Amino acid sequence: MKRNKLLLSALVAASLITGGIIYAADHIDTPAVTGQASDITDVYVFQGQNTNNLVFVANTQGLLTPGNTAAAKFDENTVIEFNIDNTGDAIEDLVIQCKYDAASNSMQIYGPIAPSEKGTRSKLEGSASVTVGVTPYSGAVISATGSTGVTAFAGPRDDPFFFDLNQFKKVLAGTATGFLPVGMATDAFAGTNVLSIVVEVPKALLGAPTSGTFANRVNVWVETKKKI
Amino acid sequence: MNTTIKLLAIVLGSTLFATSCKKSDPTPAPTVYYQQQDQMGRPAINTVFNVSASDKDAFNVTTPSAQGAAFQSKFQARLMALNPGYTTNLLGFNAATFTGALATDVLTAATVGTTTFYDGTNVLTGRKLNDDVIDVELILIFGGPANTQNPTLTSDNISANDKAFLTSFPYLASPF
Repeated sequence: MKRNKLLLSALVAASLITGGIIYAADHIDTPAVTGQASDITDVYVFQGQNTNNLVFVANTQGLLTPGNTAAAKFDENTVIEFNIDNTGDAIEDLVIQCKYDAASNSMQIYGPIAPSEKGTRSKLEGSASVTVGVTPYSGAVISATGSTGVTAFAGPRDDPFFFDLNQFKKVLAGTATGFLPVGMATDAFAGTNVLSIVVEVPKALLGAPTSGTFANRVNVWVETKKKI
Repeated sequence: MNTTIKLLAIVLGSTLFATSCKKSDPTPAPTVYYQQQDQMGRPAINTVFNVSASDKDAFNVTTPSAQGAAFQSKFQARLMALNPGYTTNLLGFNAATFTGALATDVLTAATVGTTTFYDGTNVLTGRKLNDDVIDVELILIFGGPANTQNPTLTSDNISANDKAFLTSFPYLASPF
């Protein structure tokens, strides 16, 4: 915890010197969300092992050291929401909402479902498609599949992101002219963890058009939303 | 027997009645709303292209369909500051087109076939765990139309994660 705080302070200080917070991919990207359960670190969307499915990954709360991962928790007042546009206008047609329940230490997954309200404010839509217990830091993977075929996981994982961020910061600060050669470059995210949500969804539930200019595609983004 | 059923029916009936009375209670629980705090589609967009803290915060609470109009010109200025020699990139996009595409921060994913950020053939059909997204973005920002410019800036020379991914659910590696 202390180490993490020190690291954060160092990063904030470094960002002040370079005149802007430069933290990829989206880790602690702004002062408003840094250090909070609402801080998204990365988003991934890829075809599942079962090729009829698409996998959605939202990582949050980056730079967890092994020492402070066990204590990291999802927040009951923060909804982690996958937004899915299946028409190409960057407006969500479907949402997958992930809501943590502290009493049962589980993640409730809603959708994919058409939201009754679009944009920056949301409410939970319908009832949960699947509820999965949060996998503990040193425990076996817990997963659950609901009646619509949605499979979910929630818990700490290795941060899959890799980047020599520190060298990039030097480039931006003008103290280096380029990246370091293989062998000297260092992955700034090596050995750190995140809190992950993985949701695998049958493609048939995503409403992607099969013809037209936006055929066989969806646009995806993640929003974290806090109870108001 | 018959009497028992009748009694049961009465009991059940009154229970249902009581339940429905409860449901029509004039004080329903207020709807709980959640307000946007952070937003992300493609990797590193907000962190690289928004410079001021206020722009970063504003970008995160702007819905993607409104991001292009609000941020494209700022992204273009940032691109030209990062790479003053920018003309076009490997995708053939000029500065306005490229930053216009970036400013609407959504990740496009294919529902048929290969999903990858870029694999030499497929462009922006998703994002796999092992995709070297930083190199792709560096190439598009610094590499020029044929990826021959600024060779020391087009790869960070970290090409893989420090832990192997899983081939099956949940795909991400166990924590350190």
